[in-house]
Amino acid sequence: MQGFILKRIAIALLTIFIVLTVVFFAFRLGGADPVAIMLPPNATPRNAKVLTEKFGLDKPLHLQYRGFVENVVLHGDFGMSFRYSEPALNILLQRVPATVQLGLVAFILALVVGLPIGIISAVKRDSLIDRFGRTLALAGMSLPTFWVGVMLILFLGVTLRWLPIAGRGTPLHYIMPAFCMSLYPIALFTRLSRSAMLDALKSEYVLMARIKGVPEIYVILLHAFKNASITVVTVVFGVFGALILGSVVVETIFSWPGIGRLVMESFFSRDYPVVQVFVMFVTFVVVTLNLIVDILYAYIDPRIRYQ
Amino acid sequence: MLYIGGQRKKNGQPTDKRGRVRPPYFGLFCLALFFFVVIFAELIAPFDPYEGNLQNTTLPPCWQEDGTTEHLLGTDMLGRDVLSRLIHGSRISFLISVGCIGFYGTIGIIVGLISGFRGGRTDMFIMRLADFWMSLPAIIVLFILASVHGPSAQTIILTFGIMGWPNWARIVRGETLSLKERDFVRLARVAGCGNLRIMFSHILPNVINTIIILATIEMGGIIVLTATMSFLGLGTQPPSCDWGLMLAEGRQYITYAWWLVTFPGVAIVIAVLGFNLTGDWIRELLDPKQKLQ
Repeated sequence: MQGFILKRIAIALLTIFIVLTVVFFAFRLGGADPVAIMLPPNATPRNAKVLTEKFGLDKPLHLQYRGFVENVVLHGDFGMSFRYSEPALNILLQRVPATVQLGLVAFILALVVGLPIGIISAVKRDSLIDRFGRTLALAGMSLPTFWVGVMLILFLGVTLRWLPIAGRGTPLHYIMPAFCMSLYPIALFTRLSRSAMLDALKSEYVLMARIKGVPEIYVILLHAFKNASITVVTVVFGVFGALILGSVVVETIFSWPGIGRLVMESFFSRDYPVVQVFVMFVTFVVVTLNLIVDILYAYIDPRIRYQ
Repeated sequence: MLYIGGQRKKNGQPTDKRGRVRPPYFGLFCLALFFFVVIFAELIAPFDPYEGNLQNTTLPPCWQEDGTTEHLLGTDMLGRDVLSRLIHGSRISFLISVGCIGFYGTIGIIVGLISGFRGGRTDMFIMRLADFWMSLPAIIVLFILASVHGPSAQTIILTFGIMGWPNWARIVRGETLSLKERDFVRLARVAGCGNLRIMFSHILPNVINTIIILATIEMGGIIVLTATMSFLGLGTQPPSCDWGLMLAEGRQYITYAWWLVTFPGVAIVIAVLGFNLTGDWIRELLDPKQKLQ
């Protein structure tokens, strides 16, 4: 078990390091020249030279790379934001809570709506709820998040004026963005818990429990769902990638002051240090979550450890 | 369990007398409409999608008070006909999505074939790599590429091309693993076929079914994803009539021109529903054991 954990941690660190390297070389070699971006149009070549030296851009590439990695690893320093003249990491971290709050609300909403509908759909197959669940899953997969968001703003914000269309502050501000962001996860959870439950209900241990005369509610919750939940957990954690894209979209539409909106603004004003920090931050979060899930799995299911 | 007649539904979907799943008529209709528009775009579009008439800006659709029958779905802020732009936008959407799937599908098929066929260490390494790859969200690659290369349709195709292969590789690998133990592969070996020949002309044709199902199922999702990227401004640039981009442009005028944000979304939903419903049906037909669920 220990060896397994160490190996996984090593892979996680390697992943982060590879992404860091890709980020450095892509931005340094890809023509995103910070000097050209920062200087006003009427700057002289001398100004450019001073700035180049200040950033150390005149040094050989491998020294620049070493400096970059050292700064990031030792000081968490990704450079200054061009727009705010503050360390890029600080700017990102200030915006994290807003994103996490919205993401959590959306995630919990998706769990609370998606799982029960999926389970009931499987138990009462072909019933009205099952039809509703399947329609919901299809809708969540087929409706683009950004269009749903814009339509919500059009109806509830512009036409009816029931809900605020931008910003954050009151609980009312959460309704539209959270609903919008949870639509895809709801579809995913409904679909998945339905098919996992259908499989579980067909199994022999459920048949056995019924033969023994276990009450139906216990058969469903204790026997079937407990086993189905293993599959469900994988996807529940796998949805984070989708949530990150969702938060970029939703924050852009609803002017939510989180990291998704920050990265879009930074991208369009060519504030590349902030974009770099965003990329590294997302990688770090995703890799860490995967690591935790992997270890949890190995703990629950010993077969995984020895693969 | 044995079912006779059509009373019982399969997976909840309505079936005909012989127990087959009924075709999704609505989905097929959407799909047919989409392909019709893609193929005959120039013939059916009433106006040039890029030429505006500044005297006719933001006209509402024809059934509203100020609307004209000339511009059925109204015009945008530059006086361009919305319907014509939507019709031409279908091509962009289709080409980008096919580009993405073609790109990562090819990589996925080749990697999957190699992984399944060679087995052993190669297989283990590739599958580990696929796990690792899947854990990275595509959006970070898109940000890197778009910063370096500028946002464009190619950037989107490249991003998904790089990020999308693991799923296909896994599924193709799974099929290959069981196919390579079959007699026809052994006989091909006896007949003196090389590894490449066995992989591409003996195993690959047997995976085609799976590939068709995968491509149809994923098409809908890819259309949504690519439109999302264009909506964010990370994909095609103005004056392109990409549906996501049209929606993004219309967003500033949302208070008085609702049609600019509504119809591009409707177009996307029609295309995506077409692919999703048809994809589910094709899966039922071609994959009765539900390996791809």
